[in-house]
Amino acid sequence: MAEKTIAGKQINVTDDGYLEDMSQWNEDVAKEIANEIGIELTDKHFEVLKYLREKSAAGEALSIRSVGKSGVVDIKGLYKLFPKGPLKFSSKIAGIPKPTSCV
Amino acid sequence: MDSQEKKPLEKVCFICAKGSLEDVYATLVMANGAVMEGIETKVFFTFFGLDGITKKTMNHLHTATTGNPAMRMPGGLPFPTMLGGIPGVEAAVSSMMRKQMEDLDMPPVDEFLEMITAGGGELFACKLAIDMFKLKKEDLSDEVSAILTIGEFYEMCDGDRTQIIFT
Repeated sequence: MAEKTIAGKQINVTDDGYLEDMSQWNEDVAKEIANEIGIELTDKHFEVLKYLREKSAAGEALSIRSVGKSGVVDIKGLYKLFPKGPLKFSSKIAGIPKPTSCV
Repeated sequence: MDSQEKKPLEKVCFICAKGSLEDVYATLVMANGAVMEGIETKVFFTFFGLDGITKKTMNHLHTATTGNPAMRMPGGLPFPTMLGGIPGVEAAVSSMMRKQMEDLDMPPVDEFLEMITAGGGELFACKLAIDMFKLKKEDLSDEVSAILTIGEFYEMCDGDRTQIIFT
């Protein structure tokens, strides 16, 4: 556990850089985390992030398959938005815990 | 900071030579996991592993109910080998296993193959085994990119952060 300044805000993050408390998240925080990973966020990204945050708040375990079937984005699209880390990077940028699913 | 530099995997190459439900799924879960981690992924299907990419068989894979000492009844009691030999039992057990996997969000094989290629993973069939089982490219899932010799597959497995995994 560590404290990190992201977009001018003191935020608690895990050793892997995931937010400890998803309520500390805002769009600027998302942009800065995405920048670190090397992703420039578009409206489509935010649509996916919003979906992930809603599901996570509802306590649902996310898998790449469930996101692909959400109607928000298909799996190919998800890889295009978050290359090399469709679930990991999107979760990190969405301010939700590290995914625990193997699929 | 760590004093030692980390050297993450860059490429994994899987060889799937067995065609039971658990063998094919072990390959697919590991391959899909690698794709999701951003690792370059190649899968080579050979011998009975070809069942996992053959259109006719891929969504109907079975698990062995005889000769499988780890097989248990739903309550956890040992599964009698004699019972496993009764016609229909293997099919019923296999369909139950597929249902349990579906509940864990594990997709059917055809969809799993699509997930792997959607992320840039590549699937190949072994030429020798294709000839032996008298199969053609059209018999295989559309997600399979080519039929290769083992030599051609090894050529793709270059790089010093590459691992070959035989499942």
